[in-house]
Amino acid sequence: MSLRERLASGSFAVTAEISPPRGASTEKITAAAASLRDWVDAVNVTDNQGSNVRLASWAGSLAVMAAGLEPVMQMTCRDRNRIALQSDLLGASALGIRNILVMTGDHPKFGDHPGARPVFDLDSVQLLWALRTMRDQHVLLSGRRLDPAPDCFLGAVENPFAPPVEFRAERLGKKVAAGAQFVQTQFVFDVPAFARWMTQVRDLGLHERCGILAGVGAVRSVRALEYMRDKVPGVEVPDDVFRRLRAAPPDKHAAEGVKLAAEIVQQVAEIPGVAGVHLLVAGNEQAVPGILENAGSRETRWADGR
Amino acid sequence: MAYHLQRVLRPAAGYRWLSARIEASGPARTLFTGTERQTKTVLFGCRMCGQCTLPVTGYVCPMGCPKELRNGPCGGVGADGSCEVYPEQRCVWVDAYDRAAGAGRAGDLRLLHRPVDHRRWGQSSWLNYWQGRDEELWTGDASPGLGQRPGANT
Repeated sequence: MSLRERLASGSFAVTAEISPPRGASTEKITAAAASLRDWVDAVNVTDNQGSNVRLASWAGSLAVMAAGLEPVMQMTCRDRNRIALQSDLLGASALGIRNILVMTGDHPKFGDHPGARPVFDLDSVQLLWALRTMRDQHVLLSGRRLDPAPDCFLGAVENPFAPPVEFRAERLGKKVAAGAQFVQTQFVFDVPAFARWMTQVRDLGLHERCGILAGVGAVRSVRALEYMRDKVPGVEVPDDVFRRLRAAPPDKHAAEGVKLAAEIVQQVAEIPGVAGVHLLVAGNEQAVPGILENAGSRETRWADGR
Repeated sequence: MAYHLQRVLRPAAGYRWLSARIEASGPARTLFTGTERQTKTVLFGCRMCGQCTLPVTGYVCPMGCPKELRNGPCGGVGADGSCEVYPEQRCVWVDAYDRAAGAGRAGDLRLLHRPVDHRRWGQSSWLNYWQGRDEELWTGDASPGLGQRPGANT
């Protein structure tokens, strides 16, 4: 079942994430995809994440497909202008990549080429809008006609926790209006805050037009958690999470991280309007079975269709 | 104050006539554009993109965002409302939201802004506005498709 079909069917969707390597080989991607194949509906292939040069997202997506898993090709506005972005969608669609996740992207300042020119010719809303128009109206941003038009399932991201918090559901609304059919959120550590955002999302009726996947991450160590809090833009980690991890002996931190992630999966799954989870485990794919097994121990939602 | 001016300066026939005369004369155009640049740089940190959004962004210029987001804010805003790229600055979109909401105009932030036309940098957005060239800059309705804006990118 494809991600699009999974979300349309109303059963719980699970996606994860793979970071392509810094090198000219898809070997690691193939291995990661093979280990995730039986656990997730689709896997994101990041686009030079954190503004660090990695193997291209489209190439990583092809490797994921060859390994028998559905890719979600990430596309940021950071490195390419409107000409390159539209061209990339045509290429991806022609090669069979269906899921496209659109995001503005981190500023180059955070990566390994801080002196690079930031492009940001379009923003994420405009890119979604452009891609949807290419698919549905068969025209480019220029107004020129396309033949044949691309086929794609469009995704977006949103951070429910960043200021202005009261505007965050509305901002998702803009993305849905522009063309987003599913959304993956930033790390959810603070479940009550996420639930408040979901209330606004439901009030706007967005969950009926867009599959909402809650971002859940498994942390391996206190240091990784600190890094996330201090270095990853837009991530808030409540002190409770730190306390809980510190209370466990250091050699049990990874296991505690998996347990914590599984609990968050269970909690967000109970929130009305949540269509699934996005497991933010890039580089730690081996945590996925543990999270899903722990989360699904009392339920059979993971068993359907697999 | 700015919202009052917005009503007074709506493109009426008089402004259209005046702006056409200004555009027709090289020196008048230079002087007028320079005045706009001076005024808006001081008041709003204007970058002279030539396609002004101030009336619907709480009179905060989105081009001051390091990612130049016209549909911000991005997801990286700090818990204290700081910019992720320049933490010593406040996120322009947090400011925009606060000011628009303070004026009862939070709904403006729901509008969808079309991509910037990079040919217009350095032009007077006031002249563009009065000449009716700015009418499609934003919309509340994305359904017609982004590639079907009359005259876009031509």
